Amino acid sequence: MTGVTATANAVPRKAKVGSLERQNRWALRGSFAALSVFVVIFLVPPFYMIMTSLKSSAEISAQKGSPWIAQNPTLDNFVYLVTNEQFQRYFFNSVWVTALVVILSMTIAILAAFSLSRMGFKGSQVISTGVFLTYLVPPSLLFIPLFQVVGSLGLINNTWVLVLLFPTLAVPFCTWIMIGYFSSIPKELDEAALIDGASYPQILLKIFIPVALPGIIAATIFAFTVGWGAFLYPLAYLYSADQAVLTVGIVRELIRGDVFAWGTIMAACVMGAAPPIIIYTFLMDYYVAGLTAGATKG
Amino acid sequence: MSQVSIRKIVKEYEGDVQAVKGIDLEIDDHEFVVLVGPSGCGKSTTLRMIAGLEEITSGEIWIDGDVVNDVPPKDRDIAMVFQNYALYPHMSVFENMAFGLKLRKLPKDEIKRRVDDAARMLDIEMLLDRKPKALSGGQRQRVAMGRAIVRNPKVFLFDEPLSNLDAKLRVQMRTEIKKVHQLVPTTTVYVTHDQVEAMTLADRVVVMNHGVIEQVGTPNDLYHSPATKFVAGFIGSPAMNFIPCQLEQAAGALRLRLSDKLSFPVPADRTARYTSHAGKAGLVLGLRPEHIAETRPHTEPNQHDFDMMIDVDEPMGMETLVYFTIAGAGICGRVNPNAGATAGQSMKLRADLSNMHLIDDGTGKVL
Repeated sequence: MTGVTATANAVPRKAKVGSLERQNRWALRGSFAALSVFVVIFLVPPFYMIMTSLKSSAEISAQKGSPWIAQNPTLDNFVYLVTNEQFQRYFFNSVWVTALVVILSMTIAILAAFSLSRMGFKGSQVISTGVFLTYLVPPSLLFIPLFQVVGSLGLINNTWVLVLLFPTLAVPFCTWIMIGYFSSIPKELDEAALIDGASYPQILLKIFIPVALPGIIAATIFAFTVGWGAFLYPLAYLYSADQAVLTVGIVRELIRGDVFAWGTIMAACVMGAAPPIIIYTFLMDYYVAGLTAGATKG
Repeated sequence: MSQVSIRKIVKEYEGDVQAVKGIDLEIDDHEFVVLVGPSGCGKSTTLRMIAGLEEITSGEIWIDGDVVNDVPPKDRDIAMVFQNYALYPHMSVFENMAFGLKLRKLPKDEIKRRVDDAARMLDIEMLLDRKPKALSGGQRQRVAMGRAIVRNPKVFLFDEPLSNLDAKLRVQMRTEIKKVHQLVPTTTVYVTHDQVEAMTLADRVVVMNHGVIEQVGTPNDLYHSPATKFVAGFIGSPAMNFIPCQLEQAAGALRLRLSDKLSFPVPADRTARYTSHAGKAGLVLGLRPEHIAETRPHTEPNQHDFDMMIDVDEPMGMETLVYFTIAGAGICGRVNPNAGATAGQSMKLRADLSNMHLIDDGTGKVL
């Protein structure tokens, strides 16, 4: 702002080469240029997905015209999916699995993080590190040995297997976020509550959870993403149509041999991607605040 | 009746570090006791053991006639004010003050009455709806005190409550705390590293160092009759001067020799007390800065003049501090601002030995 005013006033004093303001302006232009590249790279696939979902099969297979614009936009693909019982089943499965995974993971993570960060028992440090280390084991390495475990539990091709397995992916990271957040709450706060007459459960419910809400929201979003977006585990453990969830269902149902129903695939992807996008949009600020809490002394 | 009695309490941390080494202390009903000492002396640990926030390694703490070693903090009927206020950030001032009462399931109108009373006393009535982040440091401190007052506990515990405030506000809040204690005369244990706070607030001051109690006494006791060199040096600002000296006996009279050129006769009333220490090595003369002033007509015995080269002069307005050296020891005196003290020039000063202390540097005891 000041720079603009200075030039507008036509004061015969030029901005010095290398002045802070000038440097800032160049840094700003540079970052805009770099970010534009990223924006294009990241937004082209979703854009293409949305455009294709609005096309009819005929338009998709037609060779003429720009493939980037839907000439005759139609909602047929969406209508087909919404009225398709199979798709409804996948969507419903995804919803209840994710809801249970979020509730289960967050309950475990909050309780674990509270006791690890506050109750200071012997070995709590080791356990905290252990919790994080389990997060570093790639899920794609685990699914084969897990297959035996799941098999012996008789849960193969049962949607409940996801409710059992997804928390093992979500809990370590959620606990880690919550430990960081709880640790940033000054120790005197629980001591004051302790003296005021609160029990540990009351301290957790009445002090920690309200104060750490941004962290809890961040962890919840993460658990939601794990439950909603996972592909490998449902693909490995669920094979009948009535047990499948959305991610796997799309591939199973809409790709028949070498026939790809591109329009409906893309429409299904749009509908599958919508819930996380909506949630992130509204809670993004909390998510960032939660992830960076405890990084600096506040 | 709410006496606090500390009997031989020890706090040991892992690795055999003793923070508190078996201290005894009796605190009377309604008494305002200040624990003071340098950081790491064990004063906060002691307070936290009274609060129940820190386990006691050995010894006993009694509150109101009961051993409370294994009683959780909430059942000790104490209230604590923390250095960083520790207000619940998501609650309004009213909710902060009411939290403890709600947990104790007091009726709503009783809670409101108590909070309103405390708020009026602390002059924070208009802040009751605000969140802590919208308050200044001084206001937060008041709310923290209000939260303690509404509980109407047996004992108030203060852990360096004024350290986070700026100098001016600290003085103001100090007066405030004293006023509150006069209105609500609850037994109080107050921890600070600031000896001025300790002197101004306390009925009795407990000076701690390295996990032991050096001395317990009224502020005046500690100032005028310190038991150890540590207390003598810790209480009072500027600090007491310590000058290495020898005690010489000649013809039945004792003389304090500070340097080749400088010696003073020992006050007559102290001769008997000091005679046995004559000729001993490692003696130190303790003399407060106010007992070294510019020369003026001697009104009492034991006042002696001497000439000194002033190294530094610091005008303070109501007085001027002068610094000089005797036998390698830096000495401070307090002179009249019009006495003409100038750095680099010689000045005639008067030492008043009726308030002297003779200290055995080996044991640290005042003789």
